[in-house]
Amino acid sequence: MDRFLFLTFDGLARGAVLAAFALSLVLIWRAARIVNFAQGAMAVAATYIAFTVTALTGSYWAGLAAALVAGFLIGAVVERGVMRFVGNSSALNPVIAGLGLLMLIQAVLGMLFGNSYRTMVTPFSSNPVEIFGITVFSSYDLFVFACIAVLVGGLVLLFTRTPLGLRLRASAFAPDLARLLGVRTSRMLTLGWAMSSALGALAALLVIPTELGLNPHAADAVFVYAFTVAVIGGLDSPAGAVLGGLAVGVLLSWVSGYWGATLAPIAILVLLLAVLLIRPGGIFSMTKERTV
Amino acid sequence: MSVTKRYAFAAAAAVLLIGLTFVIPSFASYQLATVCAYLCGIAGLTLLTGAGGQLSLGQAALMAAGAYSYALTANTMADAGTEGPLLLLVPLAAAVTGAAVLGLVIGLAAGRLHGPYLAGFTMALVVALPAVTSTFSSVLGGDQGLWITVEKRPASLRGTVSTEAWQAWLAVVCSVLVLTLLANLLHGRFGRHLRAVRDNPVAAALAGIDPARTKVTAFFISSAAAGMGGGLLAYTTQSASPGAYSLVFSLFLLMAAVVGGIGSLAGAVWGAVLLVALPHLISTATSRLELSADLAQRLDGNLAVAVFGLVLIVVVLLAPQGIQGLLDRIGRRLGPTRSVSVPPKSPTSPDSPDSAPSPASSTPTRLSARHEPEQLPATPKGQ
Repeated sequence: MDRFLFLTFDGLARGAVLAAFALSLVLIWRAARIVNFAQGAMAVAATYIAFTVTALTGSYWAGLAAALVAGFLIGAVVERGVMRFVGNSSALNPVIAGLGLLMLIQAVLGMLFGNSYRTMVTPFSSNPVEIFGITVFSSYDLFVFACIAVLVGGLVLLFTRTPLGLRLRASAFAPDLARLLGVRTSRMLTLGWAMSSALGALAALLVIPTELGLNPHAADAVFVYAFTVAVIGGLDSPAGAVLGGLAVGVLLSWVSGYWGATLAPIAILVLLLAVLLIRPGGIFSMTKERTV
Repeated sequence: MSVTKRYAFAAAAAVLLIGLTFVIPSFASYQLATVCAYLCGIAGLTLLTGAGGQLSLGQAALMAAGAYSYALTANTMADAGTEGPLLLLVPLAAAVTGAAVLGLVIGLAAGRLHGPYLAGFTMALVVALPAVTSTFSSVLGGDQGLWITVEKRPASLRGTVSTEAWQAWLAVVCSVLVLTLLANLLHGRFGRHLRAVRDNPVAAALAGIDPARTKVTAFFISSAAAGMGGGLLAYTTQSASPGAYSLVFSLFLLMAAVVGGIGSLAGAVWGAVLLVALPHLISTATSRLELSADLAQRLDGNLAVAVFGLVLIVVVLLAPQGIQGLLDRIGRRLGPTRSVSVPPKSPTSPDSPDSAPSPASSTPTRLSARHEPEQLPATPKGQ
């Protein structure tokens, strides 16, 4: 029972990161109808910048800020530099452009930093603490929860309570009408990409220290998990991404804990297949317009 | 190109390439064998993605299925004491069958997906491959993979032909066979059905084509081609390991299919050549530069991936029809009656009756070969 509780709570912490990463995919999907296959590589690039800043200044918090800023800028550059010109005439083109970016970014990171795994410091201990005699969260898990809660909460407030959020939503759902009403939709699109990329960067920064370490390919599996989460939640449902992320995190934790960590990717594959076949619209999706 | 012409062209290409192995050094022969093995996988992807419009990142996993099928069959047969051509042909057939069966299973599930969903699912498949091999490590050898007992070249050839040249012969013959079969399919009824389903599934269904079955068949054929490629790689490298069929390799195969000109088998040839030649050129160039060991190690591999990624982006943005598309355009500019010595590019040529009910031309896939006005019969236009 103790082990079950521990695995569940550990899975929730892991799931929070997946939720954040999936949310970043959902943000881009809502804004541009593109699944950004380069999201993982972009997030790892921002994490490398954070790693460098932390190494130079000795402060984790400076690195955290650098990751957010770098993620924001990388997202804006990718949208302005590449994705804007890909066009949406075929569903394949954005995917192929994203894969090209994935290869380019990973290779450049490999050239700059080498392909070896680097250990990243965490600001808090990742050893679980005991509450009422049960080992549950580590303080790092709590920190992860807090970070993601603050950022996701901030995004919710931004999208629902501010004029800027209204403009962002308008550009995503009715771009032509929004433009007629004076919204600079192209700027909103760039902003959407930038915010999504910053969120992805935060998720990568939080998850990579708990895995093998920093490596150009560190986010490959995380991307696949997050894609699964986003599909389960319904690609255009932010709430679905968050709930799906927590659920998948717990599931992965159970699978790794009881049957072995190597089975996690297979479990994800089976889960993704099941969802795509049984409920391709996603479990939390409201809209029916998507065809799979 | 008529069918007879295609067979003549294929035979000529095979003879020419086999003749080439007598002239080039043995390492180049090995590279030729690798190009041919890659070509099988890329050509399968050309059929699936170019003509079928289904973007799969799982081609590396299917090639791995071929390689492992080859390895398991060959090792079992060698243990049982089998020798001779049987030890070569049966494992190759097993490679094709193994990959095709896996492809059929995946296709039955993935045939209903499209666009980013299929790409994401097949990506999950490739990422799960090392997990599969280590879960069944007693059979599949875990991360180390399997060593394969291969049938060496026939005794009569020993002394005159090197191992590498023999591998190249085998790979050339197999890949020419695969390419000819794929060309026949693409230019026949199945190819027309596939393109009709890609361009407009509803219209295709109204014209009596079963879209789901067509897509699954495309997956099956593409996987069989990938299995042949995997089997050839297993034979030339004498091993099958999960590291050789990573996500990066899948991306390489996609890059090769897109860069050469997606939907065109001639483009697949360009892509396969580029996939082997460019890393070799880059590593030759960096070794000439006398860089420090650390820097050389970082550049090795990564530089080629960076170039491939960049090329992929540039091709999608600027030249969606790839190298073969550019060549065709140049060829047409040189002379309107000049026939290009490669399979014709335009898949839905306006005179093919099956594509007539499909309103495909109004919503062409951007990456696919489209109706080219220059290819229409010259009809005098009113002023």
